[in-house]
This record gives sequence, structure tokens and C-alpha cells, in this order.
Amino acid sequence: MSLGSDSSGGLLAAVREPFEGPNTMGNTPAFWLGLTAAVTLLAAMPVLFGYYAAEIGAVFLAYALLGVSLCFIWGYCGILSFGQVAFFGVAGYAFGIVAINVPTLTGLTLGLLAAVAVSTAFAAALGYFMFYGGVRDVYVTILTLVVALVLYTFLGQTAGGEWAIGDARLGGFNGMSGVPDLGVGIGSVGLEIGIVGHYYVTLGALVVTYLGLRALVNSQFGYAMVATREDERRTEMFGYDTTFIKFVVFTIGGAIAGLSGVLFTAQNNYIDPSVFGITAAALPVVWASVGGRTSLIGTIGAALAIQFVDYQLALSGSEWALVLIGSLLVFVILVMPEGVAPRLHEYVVEYRASPDPTPAETPAPGEVHGGDD
Amino acid sequence: MGTSDPTVRTTPAVDETGDESSQILQTRGLCKAFGGLTATDDVDFGLEKGELRCLIGPNGAGKSTFLNLVTGQLEPTAGKIYYDGHDITEMPSHERVGRGISMKFQVPSIYEGLSVAQNVRIPLQQVADGDEFESRIREILDRFDLLAERQTVASALSHGQQQRLEIGMAMALEPKLMLLDEPVAGLSVEETAEIAELLREIAEDDGVALVVIEHDIDFVESIADRVTVLDQGSIFREGSIEAVKADPEVKRIYLGEER
Repeated sequence: MSLGSDSSGGLLAAVREPFEGPNTMGNTPAFWLGLTAAVTLLAAMPVLFGYYAAEIGAVFLAYALLGVSLCFIWGYCGILSFGQVAFFGVAGYAFGIVAINVPTLTGLTLGLLAAVAVSTAFAAALGYFMFYGGVRDVYVTILTLVVALVLYTFLGQTAGGEWAIGDARLGGFNGMSGVPDLGVGIGSVGLEIGIVGHYYVTLGALVVTYLGLRALVNSQFGYAMVATREDERRTEMFGYDTTFIKFVVFTIGGAIAGLSGVLFTAQNNYIDPSVFGITAAALPVVWASVGGRTSLIGTIGAALAIQFVDYQLALSGSEWALVLIGSLLVFVILVMPEGVAPRLHEYVVEYRASPDPTPAETPAPGEVHGGDD
Repeated sequence: MGTSDPTVRTTPAVDETGDESSQILQTRGLCKAFGGLTATDDVDFGLEKGELRCLIGPNGAGKSTFLNLVTGQLEPTAGKIYYDGHDITEMPSHERVGRGISMKFQVPSIYEGLSVAQNVRIPLQQVADGDEFESRIREILDRFDLLAERQTVASALSHGQQQRLEIGMAMALEPKLMLLDEPVAGLSVEETAEIAELLREIAEDDGVALVVIEHDIDFVESIADRVTVLDQGSIFREGSIEAVKADPEVKRIYLGEER
């Protein structure tokens, strides 16, 4: 099923095969080499820069995972959700509530699973009512943003002592603190995951999600997603249940956003309603727009780069981080509306233009972003 | 649902019709009203398997509405639609397609951002297995004379190539019934002749029943034996192209401008 991909034989090509196709950029050995280098570099961060890099880096990686969840549903299926943070935050709070009440290995494992299940179910319920109710295009964007803002308002008024679930106090705008680190296991058998461990778990989750989504978007279902994005009515007239496709895609996006929310909350040991705020809600849209919404790797690179710059500016005491991010968004949308990675891909294809009729493909946009933090 | 439905009547057409079992498509008392406007008014339509029928009529006669009712893009206000002996009136669009109804839209409705090969793969993967994709795509593109363009982005094709691509995509579904809304609108004389040849081939060689909406009466004459004339939402006349062309009433409502 790898139309248009080069078919240089061998084991390596066979391994690459399910991850490649015309629905993703980067179908060449050079791309995979670059990606491996970038992942290796990211994996070396805690070794090179120590404990502190792991602590900060894990947050950036969790953000990248959130960005990927939007890239997947927006870039590949045309569903612009402005409320991916709703699933991110709901999962974060859900993990916190379970983990604070049962801070054992079993409890932490259950907390992780329950939180992802809650965000998935939440996305499925919202998606069901939206798509089967005929809500589409910009109204999906508005509705998802409203859901995030409603959660922001709701959790903001949970300061009172009556807003506690067991030992977990929601805490209103002060947030919920004392959320334990991640842990995986049953009874006394398992692993408590410390700061460096958490960094690697988050990196692993990002890499696995990235590869999984690449395989998915190049599968038959991926073609159906892309077709739905391009022209929903036409796709329906090719026998696809586009409503169901959008529902499934939105639900998967909610699950990924939920996982990123758990990783974020467990890393910070804290969550507050600002994760549902309009600034937070806009960030995934900025990452995907700048990096390129049709490029998973572009969105990851943009999320890492933008959050790194944002963090550096905040460290230096600058108030200009948001202004800079906003200006960057405007600049990219004006100069390259499709985003950085698709534009780079175009340059590379042109540069490689060869007599070979199959299109030459890209090296890693990841190479460009790999060293960003 | 089924052919045993006692309400099924034979279609009251101008001239003889085949027996019901050979009909791929039937509508009974089909109506569609948009507010006060009745776009389709009590239409009893019948189409034989493998038949190529043209649907003509002045602007606003309800031709496109009729096709949209058959594909399920619109819901009828009243009446029934039978496809291959089954009542499909309540069936969602995508399931009708799964049973072999294929549609070619008026404006070339292709995936403009995707390559020609990707375009064909989308309908193809509904009927073929993964290991056949490559060879089947090649086959279809070869038949519709687009093989050289397989990696081209569809938006870069000429209008005629886009029309051919969309017909190829509709054929990739291996349909039993294909509905085409003005397939030669805006095409050159040569391109029109090419499409006419293709459609005749699809009806004769592939045995696909075709309903073609068309304004160009010469084109209609070149492809269809029988035509149905719609006017103000109802079937006004039905019969051979010669008979319809000769009918003074048809001339009055439709061919008037050619007098």
C-alpha cells in the first residue's frame, strides 16, 4: 500500500513500509536517519544537561504530544478543534484525583488508565453529539473552544472545601497540588517513575504515538480520513460513512490529548484551570499552524521549538513571550500558510528533482527542529 | 422491503417498459418539496439493467434534485425508491454506494489536493484488496487515459482530464448504476466525443446502467436511445430520442430556443 514510495528492497524497507505513503512527508532513508538522530539527541538531553533538562524537557514533550493530537484530527481529517486542552485537562484532573486518593503503584496505574479512559469517553460523547448532530466546520471549532472555556469557569469556582473528591481538593484557580509522580505496577511489583524516568516515558509515548499515527494515516482508514478532509460529500458518495470516520478520529485525538494531559500533570505534580484557558487552548493551534498541520513531525518540532523559546523568554523575565508567539503565527500564516514543514518538504522535493518519475521525497524536518532543546 | 411490495406498480411511461425484475432502478410517486416549491413531483421512473438513459429538461425542471434523491443526498418528501428490487428510500448515501450506485457530480468533484493515483485509490479501496491497489489503479488510469498523469496533483489536470478522472473514480467502485450530472459541460467538441464513447462503452461492455443529465441535445443523441423529459418536477415525456425530438410539446418547453 505504499503508492509512490520508493521500493528499494531489503529488510529496512520492509520495516519502513507501513509507516510510509503519500499521506506523510518523509518517506526516504534520509528522513528516518534524521529522525533517529533527533530522537537520540532528545534521549541524550538528561545525560548532557542533567536532571533539570529532563524536568523541563518532559513538559515540552507532553506539549508536543498534545500538538500531535490536533495535527492528526485537523491536518488529516479537517476537524479544527480549539478544545484539545479540554481532553488534556480533564485527563490531568482525573489522574490527579485517582492518584492523590490511591498513591500506590496499583492506584497510579489505574489513575493513568482511568484518566485516558475518561478523556476518550469525553471526546467520544462530544464527538457523537457534534458529528451525528450535523455540526461541522467552524462550528466544531467554536463548540470545542466553548467546552474548554466552560471547564475553565467551572473548575475556577471549585475553591471551596466542598469541592473535594476523597483527599483530592480541586482547589479552584489555585489548582490541585500534590499530584504524585507516575508509577506503573500492581501491588508492590512495579516501577515508580522519577523525573528522568518520566522524561523517557514521555519521549517514548511521543515516538510511539508518532509512529502509530504515521501507520494509521497511511492505512486504508488514513485515505478515508484524507478524503473526508478534502471533500466530505464526495467521499460519502464513494461509500464512506464520513460521520463515523470523523467521530472515530475525534475520539482518538481526545485519547492522545488525554495521555499528554496525564504526563503533564504527573510531571508538574500540579494542575490548575489555566490549562483550559484561551491562551492554553490556542497553543496547539499555533504549533500545528506554524509546524504545518499536515505534518506530524512539523507539529512536534514546532511545539518543542516554540515552547522552548517561550520558556527561555520567561526565564529572562521577559513579558514578550505571547506577543512573540502571536507574531510568529501571523508571520507564518502570511508567508507560508501551509506551515514550515510542508514548505521545507517542497524545497527538498524541488532540490532533489530527478529524471526518476516517482517523486523524490524529504529528509527530516525533524533535523531542523531536533536540536531545539 | 423487496420486490413483493404490493404497492409497486409498473411505470406508466410513454412507450413499453420491461418487466420489473429486469429494472435496476424504480421510483414510485417520488416527491421532493423545498418549502413551497415542488422540485420533484410524483415521479415514477424505471431504468433497465445496462440501459443508458438521458434526463433532459429546462433549467429548474428538477433533474439534479432527482439524482440527489436517488443517491440519498436529499430525503424525499414522499414516495419510494427501489434499487435492484430493494426499497432504499431510507438508506443512507454511503450504504447505497456500497450496493453499487455511483455518482459523478456536475462540477468535477475530485480531490484536488491529492495525486491522480491517490484519487483513484479512495473509491478503489472500497472494493479491492490491498495487494491489488497498485495494479488496479494502473488499469483504471490506463483505461481512462490518465496513466501518464498518475503522480500529478489533480488540480493541475485539464477540465477534460478531470471529468475523465471522476468517471474513472466512479467506475473504480464497480457500480451497477451510475448517475452523471452534465458530464460534458464546458468540454471541447473532441473531449465531448471522447466522453460519449466512454459512456457507451461503460453501458455496453461493462453493463452498467447509466442515467445522464445533459443539456447538449447532440450529445444526448450520440449516446442515448431513450430519453426522459422532466418539466416542473414531473416526467413530461419518455421515449426514443427521435420521438421526443419530434414531439411539438417537448419542442415548446425545452427545445423552444432552437426553433
